[in-house]
Amino acid sequence: MAEMDTSGGGGHKKGPGVKKAKKASTRVDLTPMVDLGFLLITFFIFTTTISQPTAMKLFLPKDTDKPEEQNKAKESGALTLLLGKNNNVYYYEGQLAEQGANFQSSTMKKVRDIIINKKRSTPKDDLVIVIKPSEESTYKDVVDILDEMTINDITRYALVDISDVEGQLVKITDTNGGAK
Amino acid sequence: MSRPKIARKSTAVDMTAMCDVAFLLLSFFILTAKPKSSENITVETPSSVSSKVAPEKDVTLVSITKDGKVFLSMDNPEVKEEVANQINANNGASLSPADIAAFKKAEFFGTPISQLKSFLQVPADRLKSDLLPGIPAIDTLHNEMVDWMKAIVAAHASTGAKINILLKGDNLAKYPTFKNVITAFKKSEQFKFQMVTNAEGVPEGTDLWRKYMRGETNTAAEE
Repeated sequence: MAEMDTSGGGGHKKGPGVKKAKKASTRVDLTPMVDLGFLLITFFIFTTTISQPTAMKLFLPKDTDKPEEQNKAKESGALTLLLGKNNNVYYYEGQLAEQGANFQSSTMKKVRDIIINKKRSTPKDDLVIVIKPSEESTYKDVVDILDEMTINDITRYALVDISDVEGQLVKITDTNGGAK
Repeated sequence: MSRPKIARKSTAVDMTAMCDVAFLLLSFFILTAKPKSSENITVETPSSVSSKVAPEKDVTLVSITKDGKVFLSMDNPEVKEEVANQINANNGASLSPADIAAFKKAEFFGTPISQLKSFLQVPADRLKSDLLPGIPAIDTLHNEMVDWMKAIVAAHASTGAKINILLKGDNLAKYPTFKNVITAFKKSEQFKFQMVTNAEGVPEGTDLWRKYMRGETNTAAEE
């Protein structure tokens, strides 16, 4: 393909019985090699850009002991998410009732609906989500839940240490099989 | 009279030049591609919808492996030297000038400060995250990350370098380790940091997705 023999028939006659020596072209067809080259280039470009890690920003609040500096949250607008073992998420609205009556179970996959429901049913300025990861929760859970905050466009949320009562409650529910 | 002869031209194009270009580009991309760094610490990062690319210069990277070990790496040699001096002065690591030179060359650190001197003698093929103890960050009393962060912040202040804290945690790392690392950040007055994640698409139908569809910038995440 690179070189077509166009000189056909134009050779000198060497007389009868003398066979014409075939002139083989030394040129090699480079088209497949070019194809391969560009294929590899495309491959390298794609793999290098995809593996670029991204970063998620997190701003920590300053710890303050003075009660007047602490942010107050309205009870009606608060949703507390507790992270347990095996991607289990437990949640309650407002304050934790005695005996954990309003303590409910969910999983990481379903938590988005809970957040959305809460967001729709609460005035924008009142909504506060409190995230309390337990000892058993993993880094992935925490990142996922912070990511959920971004996904659902929640502007007020806090990462808070879990209290003993809640920790116990999460532990018991986890050992009892967790979310149904 | 005979018709004028039309010269028969070959339809084939010479591919040599194109081939040269293709392979030149290929070698260029291969050579400029950065090899994956710090493979010695195995961390599988979770994914997030954040599309911001992680910074690459003046980075202080804190890695948490899946068994909860904490490792630290820095890329600026000047800062590293200063950190070594700080650790020497404040924590009694008793590093000799030769040790400090080794400290500057070390890719990452992952031992209690008391063992730092012997850590710097460890041959490169033994520097694997599963063979090293990691920086202790078990509880509030035994949290050497606080000392490290103090030294790092002081070193950045004295060299005038910008501080970029990156946290790279493994999916399976437990929350308490993460919390202790954050506590260390807070104690050294570093309230901003970034978590390294893999990029992930924004799920359709969510509020953020709608925001993007309306063409608004992601203010909640940028704030």
